[in-house]
Amino acid sequence: MERTALRRRLSWQVATVTDIRPETATARTLVLDVPDWAGHLAGQHLDVRLTAPDGYRASRSYSVSSDWRGDTIELTVEVVPDGEVSPYLVDVVKVGDQFEVRGPVGGWFVWKPEQEGPVQLIGGGSGIAPLMAMLRAHATSGSTTPVRLIYSVRRPASVIFVGDLKELAASEHVDVRLVYTREAPAGEPRVGRIDADVIGQYAFTPVDAPTSYVCGPTPFVETVADLLVEAGHDPARVRTERFGPTGG
Amino acid sequence: MGIVSEGFGGRRRSRADLPPGQYLTQDFPVLSAGPTPHIRTEHWEFVVTSESGERYRWDWAGLMGLPAEEITKDIHCVTRWSKLETSWKGVSLDTLLADVETAADFAMAHSYGGYTTNLPMEDLLDGQAWIAYEYDGEPVDPEHGGPARLLVPHLYFWKSAKWVRGLVLSDSEDLGFWETAGYHEYGDPWKEQRYAGD
Repeated sequence: MERTALRRRLSWQVATVTDIRPETATARTLVLDVPDWAGHLAGQHLDVRLTAPDGYRASRSYSVSSDWRGDTIELTVEVVPDGEVSPYLVDVVKVGDQFEVRGPVGGWFVWKPEQEGPVQLIGGGSGIAPLMAMLRAHATSGSTTPVRLIYSVRRPASVIFVGDLKELAASEHVDVRLVYTREAPAGEPRVGRIDADVIGQYAFTPVDAPTSYVCGPTPFVETVADLLVEAGHDPARVRTERFGPTGG
Repeated sequence: MGIVSEGFGGRRRSRADLPPGQYLTQDFPVLSAGPTPHIRTEHWEFVVTSESGERYRWDWAGLMGLPAEEITKDIHCVTRWSKLETSWKGVSLDTLLADVETAADFAMAHSYGGYTTNLPMEDLLDGQAWIAYEYDGEPVDPEHGGPARLLVPHLYFWKSAKWVRGLVLSDSEDLGFWETAGYHEYGDPWKEQRYAGD
């Protein structure tokens, strides 16, 4: 195994916040300039390290929500109540501030444009972030691979990337379906979690042999992955990424 | 000290008895790469394959017939949570490997669902590793690796393969699932060996 060639050591790099985009009341996207960023695959994450004035440090992992475009990367962060790093990133950090990042990490929950077969994306809440990187990589590469996104949110105001999703859904190759669990917009009668009916109605079928990417809080991911397997999807083609209850 | 964030205070949940960069949790978070396999104990088996190709097999009744141990250990996940004094019941790998003829230096743990993780043999022996089937006095939940998981608590918890079904012993070190995906080949939490090259 050519481990030496592939296993490059990751070092901490300085990231500078160049722009901030509010997404929802509790989430925002940080645009970062990271000189000499080595590039990433859609779906990978990185570690953020914050250092307090007295030297105390804390690190957490965040998915990159942008596709690879040189030294600019975007993180989309939602506040975890009682979290340690996310409240700083969402409520405190401002344009011009710097912190450290290390990555990219993770070679499994990724989509590559040259990959065969349709792509089924299913996200819950801020679990949309790595899926958005995949949608953007799909658009940037001009891929004609069919992609379907099922995105579970509490209410219309909880939709992250609302503008981007509208643009992406204009593509004939991309289908975007929102599922509202608490409160739906006018004209959308269904309120409830993703269930077998939603999977049956909106997801690719097992015959389509999609690769599925499921990201969200653990109970969401457990439920959706089970639904896909029960619907007949090959478990080996269902990739999951979970946000634990103690993340943050 | 690197870049200082003036407005960052932190919650200071790290403690001297935790490995560097870890924080304490009371929950038991779940981390896995795919759907949870549901394996019935009547279909369960555990197979050790030595470097010469010899197979040693246990079914569920065979595992239950072996002397079990109560294990209380701290566990550390590479995603930074640690949980102290977790209680397990299981069979020591010293017991399972006692009659296995091998001089192998490495093992690859294989799981139902296709997961793999690599470990040095010396980390599996001498009271350091178990096949655990009870957690906190109850059968291990499927989402936490039941009916039986590997338990190697001195390494990051991804080494404690959930839904374990066997070990393949080898003279050479191959890389498992997360190790191939950029994680450290050994994973010592006290040395903070999270990613390749750490």
